[in-house]
Amino acid sequence: MRMKGAEVLLRCLKEEGVEVIFGYPGGAVLPIYDALYSSEVKHVLVRHEQGAAHAADAYARVSGKVGVCLATSGPGATNLVTGIATAYMDSVPLVAFTGQVATHLIGRDAFQEADITGITLPITKHNYLVKRSEDLVRIIKEAFYIARTNRPGPVVVDLPRDIMEREMEFNGYPEEVNLRGYRVLKSCNMGQVLLAVEAIRQAERPVIYAGGGVISSGASEVLQELAIKMKIPVATTLMGIGCFPETHYLSLGMLGMHGTRYANYAVSESDLIIAVGVRFDDRVTGKITSFAPHAKVIHIDIDAAEIGKNFGVDIPIVGDVKQVLEEIVPRLEPREKFSEWHRVIDRWKEEFPLTYSESREPGRIKPQYVVEQIYYATQGNAIITTEVGQNQMWASQFYKFTRPRTFITSGGLGTMGFGLPAAIGAKIARPDMTVIDIAGDGSIQMNIQELCTAVEQRLPIVICILNNQYLGMVRQWQELFFGGRYSYTDISLQPDFVKLAEAYGAIGMRVKEAQDVAPALREAFSVTDRPVVIDFWVEREANVFPMVPPGESLYNMLGGEE
Amino acid sequence: MKHTLSVVVENHPGVLARVATLFRRRGYNIDSLAVGRTENPAVSRMTIVVEGDDVVIEQVTKQLHKLVETIKIYDITDQPTVDRELVLIKVKADAQARSEIIQIVDVFRGRIVDIGPNSLIIEATGDTGKIDAIEASLRPFGILELVRTGKVSMLRGAR
Ligand SMILES: Cc1ncc(C[n+]2csc(CCOP(=O)(O)OP(=O)(O)O)c2C)c(N)n1
Repeated sequence: MRMKGAEVLLRCLKEEGVEVIFGYPGGAVLPIYDALYSSEVKHVLVRHEQGAAHAADAYARVSGKVGVCLATSGPGATNLVTGIATAYMDSVPLVAFTGQVATHLIGRDAFQEADITGITLPITKHNYLVKRSEDLVRIIKEAFYIARTNRPGPVVVDLPRDIMEREMEFNGYPEEVNLRGYRVLKSCNMGQVLLAVEAIRQAERPVIYAGGGVISSGASEVLQELAIKMKIPVATTLMGIGCFPETHYLSLGMLGMHGTRYANYAVSESDLIIAVGVRFDDRVTGKITSFAPHAKVIHIDIDAAEIGKNFGVDIPIVGDVKQVLEEIVPRLEPREKFSEWHRVIDRWKEEFPLTYSESREPGRIKPQYVVEQIYYATQGNAIITTEVGQNQMWASQFYKFTRPRTFITSGGLGTMGFGLPAAIGAKIARPDMTVIDIAGDGSIQMNIQELCTAVEQRLPIVICILNNQYLGMVRQWQELFFGGRYSYTDISLQPDFVKLAEAYGAIGMRVKEAQDVAPALREAFSVTDRPVVIDFWVEREANVFPMVPPGESLYNMLGGEE
Repeated sequence: MKHTLSVVVENHPGVLARVATLFRRRGYNIDSLAVGRTENPAVSRMTIVVEGDDVVIEQVTKQLHKLVETIKIYDITDQPTVDRELVLIKVKADAQARSEIIQIVDVFRGRIVDIGPNSLIIEATGDTGKIDAIEASLRPFGILELVRTGKVSMLRGAR
């Protein structure tokens, strides 16, 4: 069948099961937009391409499918870069289509030309420039396949305008991919599995250290089985939040820089670390040479390059986390009773709980209290996205996540401006769920234009700004490590967020007293047809504690409560 | 320690950039890199000499493996191989120096491939040690220009 390249593209997307793409038009993608006009694929018009990438990214994190975004050549494509890098760092399956100038103009600095495959080389799992119509279908197939298999990641497909415009032969979407250098890992080394089983049997003070890989491989259930069967406490990374219910007795919450004291102590005192789908990020391990000094370490990961990259491990197992755990768990006898180890941990939990004090500032609420109230109001039945900074850490500390794919945050790159577009992507993936963006007043301003997208799409997402009128996390570092010299972190000159929300056609509210928090949330959750922005005025100089100062060992935490 | 990796990749445009980017981004030091087509025109072989301890080499190898276009990687550092490098050296050569230079070139079984009024261009191939030696021997005369291809290696025997 003969059709235009752009029509072929959309046919392939349909075959691939793509339901929605997030994008922004421009000259180089005009043929694609023209084809979209009469296509069944839903297109969400964002207001900045960065928003498209983050929305597609969150859509992928929430749904487990591949997220898709589309931008024009040149500035459109470069505006995607932060979003692509964000997805790369957090191993999110994303396919980004970018327009490109016509093939005969490539390399001539034509109007709106950018070498996007060159630019994204270090921040994509793979990328393509389609140079011939004959390659288009194969490349689309490969792009989706590469994005979602093995360790997931973003793939960029650059589409020259003439290839989208020109008619070509379409002979169907291929069933199979043929990439000889890229093989999907099917099995793991059983010898290593048996070593791990033996180590788990013998451990007296084991800790599971679970990361984003658990969620992306769909291993949460089998991980819970392992923990509960063997009564092993579970600490998660920021990316791993939700893979184990934080309401469970065995949950230690998050470990690392802003982790709980008991998680960090447990890791430091353990004799066996079962590291699952993690990458020993420096924000997690603290000073790497004193991470888990007494422990034997099992490391399970799909990406062989992660094993031994930052930390030498005793029992490496390369494989899909879910498959590996499914091999391990049935080989273990259930542990009957809780041990001395649990009593030690119980004592730490009692002695060093996550707490916070009353607000000392009249007319300002404790940010932690707001997060707690969001938790009470939703009972964990919500998807929380965050911006970056203190808001993100308080969300991770004071909201109790019980299910995977409900905490959507930029972990590896720490991208301010992620939360609002992410909330849009999340709500589109799961219209049945309450979606809340826990935001900072700084970060929200980085992609606030996406309020317009949310209004247009009639998405009832709730944006809770923890407004401290500071770039709070940076201010906290200045307070602790730069003698309180608050260089350029005071952002008290800011828009009236209530009016701004209203200007966009959303609902705006302001809350300054603790007793008004719950009612405001209740009111916000009753809205069904548009976004709500709640501007919570929080204590200006509240800090995130506990905190492992950068470069210190997990033992040396500052502040147990705030 | 220096390691020699023989990397088989798809012969696609951009593969070299991918490999180079990987090395640059992760701060690995490439000592030399030689690329060319193989007996199969769809496939290229890179001979990469990289400096680093075992941990670094393991990382390099694993990261290279992750490239979609990498087909196979062999660490041939401790394997029986034939290694060759080609060098072109333009050396200062006035009338007096010439005969001495020609003798040196003979010893190394090099060839003189160009004669200028005050210079010679010498071509030599051999393993890295030999190329280093000829370079050192000609240095006293004044090397005007020098270009080395980087090492290419092939495993001995049937494999
Ligand atoms: C795009 C981007 N620029 C800069 C930073 C550095 N940064 C990290 S946290 C932070 C402050 C965030 O302030 P705000 O959004 O108000 O959140 P708060 O920490 O006050 O909750 C900054 C500037 C970043 N992470 N991302």
